[in-house]
Amino acid sequence: MSETALRPILRPILRHTLVAGAALALFSAILLVAGKNPLQAAADSFRSMASVYGFSELLVRMTPLILTAVAVALPSRLGLINVGGEGQLYMGAWMATAGALWFPPLPRWAMLPLVAAMGFLGGALWAAIPGILRAAKLVNETIATLLLNYVAPLIVSYSIFGPWKALGSSAYPESPAYPDAALLPTFFETRVHGGLILALLALLAYWLLVDKTRWGLQMRAIGGNAEAAQRLGIPVAMFLVAALALGGGMAGLAGMGEAMGVHGRLRQGLSPGFGFTGFLIAWLAGGRPLGILFMAFLFAIITAAGDTLQITQGLPFSVVNILLAMILFIVLARRPGASR
Amino acid sequence: MLTVRGVSKRYGSVLANDGIDLTLNAGEVHALLGENGAGKSTLSKIIYGYTRPDAGEILLGGEPARLRSPRDARALGIGMVFQNFMLIPALSVLENVALFLKDLPLVLDQEGIAGRIRAIGGRFGLQVDPHALVRQLSVGDRQKVEILKLLLAEARILIFDEPTKVLAPHEVEGLFQVFAALKAEGYAILFITHKLREVVACADRITVLRQGRVAGGFGPGEAQVGTLVKMMFGESGGEAPAATAPVGGGTRPILELRGASARGAGSETTLQGLNLTIHEGEVLGLAGVSGSGQKELGDLILGLRPLTGGSRWFRGEDASSWSIARLRERGVAFVPEDALAMAAVPGMSVRENLSLGTGAVYRRGLAVDWRALEAAMGASFEALAFPMPPLDSPIAALSGGNLQRVVIAREMAHGPSLIIALYPTRGLDARSAASVRDLLRRARDGGAGVLFISEDLEELAEMSDRLLVLFQGALVGEFPRGSWRLEDVGRLMTGSEEVAGV
Repeated sequence: MSETALRPILRPILRHTLVAGAALALFSAILLVAGKNPLQAAADSFRSMASVYGFSELLVRMTPLILTAVAVALPSRLGLINVGGEGQLYMGAWMATAGALWFPPLPRWAMLPLVAAMGFLGGALWAAIPGILRAAKLVNETIATLLLNYVAPLIVSYSIFGPWKALGSSAYPESPAYPDAALLPTFFETRVHGGLILALLALLAYWLLVDKTRWGLQMRAIGGNAEAAQRLGIPVAMFLVAALALGGGMAGLAGMGEAMGVHGRLRQGLSPGFGFTGFLIAWLAGGRPLGILFMAFLFAIITAAGDTLQITQGLPFSVVNILLAMILFIVLARRPGASR
Repeated sequence: MLTVRGVSKRYGSVLANDGIDLTLNAGEVHALLGENGAGKSTLSKIIYGYTRPDAGEILLGGEPARLRSPRDARALGIGMVFQNFMLIPALSVLENVALFLKDLPLVLDQEGIAGRIRAIGGRFGLQVDPHALVRQLSVGDRQKVEILKLLLAEARILIFDEPTKVLAPHEVEGLFQVFAALKAEGYAILFITHKLREVVACADRITVLRQGRVAGGFGPGEAQVGTLVKMMFGESGGEAPAATAPVGGGTRPILELRGASARGAGSETTLQGLNLTIHEGEVLGLAGVSGSGQKELGDLILGLRPLTGGSRWFRGEDASSWSIARLRERGVAFVPEDALAMAAVPGMSVRENLSLGTGAVYRRGLAVDWRALEAAMGASFEALAFPMPPLDSPIAALSGGNLQRVVIAREMAHGPSLIIALYPTRGLDARSAASVRDLLRRARDGGAGVLFISEDLEELAEMSDRLLVLFQGALVGEFPRGSWRLEDVGRLMTGSEEVAGV
C-alpha cells in the first residue's frame, strides 16, 4: 500500500491512542491527588483483565457498547443526533421479553431469530417515534430521543412489577426466567454470548450500508446538505425515519443481548448507561466503524478497571466517570467546531 | 488621494497581484474591473490593510501609508463595504453604527447618534430608520447601514467589493445615486465589479485587471463595452454572444400550471393562480424584481413545494402530486443560482456528487455502478465541452464556475426535456455566464423546454423566446419575442403598470 492509502487508516489509530494516553495521564494525576498509587491501580486493573476470564468479561461489556454506538453513528450520518440509545435498549429488551414469554414453546432455531427480531423491532419502533416527529418538522429529534429515555425504563418497571412479575421471587421485581430456547448461546464456559457476533455483524452491516450502497450515499448527502438532497429527489423524510429506526433497532438488539445473553430475565437496571456510553463512543470514533470497535474496547477496559479499583483501592466507581469526562474534554479541545 | 504603486502579492504559485499601479482621486468613482480571479479582491484587501503586499507601497496624500491592519486603514479614513455585510443582525441600526464609531463614549448619546444618522442619510440618499433592527431590513437597506457606518466613522475613501451582486435592479440604481452624492462631496470610491454595464453607467475612471496585472485604464467617457471585454478576457474569448433567432416549433407543451397556487410562509411569497405553459424548444423567460416569487415558482414546478390550489401537468398527465424524484425521472432538470447550497453536497467528492439525484440509473446490486456513472458523466462533460475536474477532489474545492459546470453536466447527462434555471449565471464571471447561457440555448435547440429565471433584463432579453413578468406572486405580463420594450417590462416588474398582455 502506498503512503496515501495508509494514512486514512493510521491517522485515526494514532489519534485515538493519543487521546487515550492523554486521558490516562490526567487520570493518574487525579489518583495521585486522591492519595492512591496510579501504577498500583494500573497493575491491579491489568491483572484482573489479563486472565481468560477477565478478558472475556471485557468482550461481554463491549457487546452492548458496539451496538449502542452504531445506534448513534448511523443516524449521525444524516445529521441526526440520537441521544435515545438507552431508552431504545430498554424497549428492545422489553419486546424481546414479550416474545419469549408469549410465543408458544418453540425450538431454539426458531425462537432465537424471533426474539432477536422482536428486540430489534422494539428499539426500532421506539426510535421511529422521534423519527416521524422530526420528519414532520414537529419536534427536534435530540429532545425527543432524550426524553423517551425516561419513559422506556418505566414501561419495563411497570411490566415487571405487574403483569410479568415472577411468582417465585417476591423480593426482586423481575420477570420469570426465559425458556432455555430463548437464551443466547454462550462460548467457552464464559459469559461471552451470541450478542457479540450480532454486534460485530451490525458493525459490518453499518459500514457496508453507509460506505458501499446507494442508500448510504443518499444518507450522507442528506447529512451533508439536506436542501440539495431534497432538490435532487432523495426522499429525505423517509430516510430520516428509516435511519433513526434502524439505529434504534441496533440499540434494541443490545437490550435483547443483555436480557437474553446476560441476565436471563427482564430486570430493572438492565443497563448501567450503555446507551449514553455508546453515544460517547460513536462521537469519539467520528462514526468510523474501526474507531467504534476500538473505542468500545477501550471503554470496556475503563469500566472494568472501575470495578477493580472499587474493590482493590476503595475508590468510588464515579472516578470512572471522571476519566470518561476527561476523554471527552480532550477530544473537544482537539477538534474545535467539529460537528461529528 | 490614494496611490497604489507597484503592488505585488503571491499566493503559492499564483501571482495574484503583479506590479499594480492605481490612483484614486477625491470626488471620483474608480471602477476596478476584472474576471473572477483577476486579482481585484487581493488588491482591495491590501488597500484595506487586511493583507500585506510582497512588494510595492500605498501612498496617502503623497505619504507612504502604514497599513498593517484594517484598524490602521480605518484610522487613515479608508473604509470597506464587504460582500458579506459586517453587521450584527440582532442589534438596531443605531447600535451597529455606534459600535463602529471612532469616539464611542461610555454612555451612548442615542438621540445624538440617531440625529447624525438621519442627517447623513438625508444628505446622501441613505435613509434608514435608526431604531430598526438590522435583521428586519432588506439587503439593500443593510448595505445603506454599512455605508452609513463608514461615513459616521469619518472614512473618506470607500471600497465597495461587488456591492451590486446582492441587489435587485432598482436598488442598483439607488446605489449609483448614492455614489453620485458621495462624489459630489469629495469622497473617493473604489468600485469593484465584473459587470460591464454598471461600470460604464457610473464610473469616472476604470482600471481593468487581468491575471493580476493592470490590463488598461480609461478616463471619463473613454470606455466602450467592446474594448473593455477585450481587455478583461484578452483578445481570444469573451465576445458577446450573437442573439439567436427563435426556433420554430415550440408548440407541444411539456409542463403546464393551471391556476396553481402555493402558500408562502415567513418571508416567502405566496403564489396565486398561476397559468403557465412551457413548450418544447423554447426558452421561457421569467422576469421580476427580487422576492416576487421566482424561487417559489421554481420550487413549485420542481415538486419541492406542494400545490395548495390548481394543478400541474406534465406532457398531458396530471402531475400535481408527483414527487421530485418522479419529475426528475421524467426529465426535469434544475440549474440553480448557488450550486454549493442548492444542488451539491460540500463534504463529498466530485464523483459522489455526480451520482446524486440520478435515482437508481447507475446501480449494481445495492451499490452504485461507478464505472457506468463515470462513463455517462464523462460523455456529458464532453458533449458540453467542459473540462472534467478530478473526480476525487472535494467539490467544495472547485471554483464557482467549475462547480456550476459539474452540476450542469450532471443535470444534462440524461437529456432533460425541461430545465428549470434559477438565476443560473449569478455570481459567475462574464465568460462562465456566457457559456451557461449558450448551453441553455443549445438545449433549447435540441428540443428541451427551458424556464429561465433572472433579474437581469438584458440577459432575459437575450435569452427569452417568450417573456413572463412576475410581480408579488402573480403573473402580470406576457410578451412574445421581439414585442417587448425593456421599459414596459420594467414597469410591470415594479408594479407601476396594470396587467398587460396576459
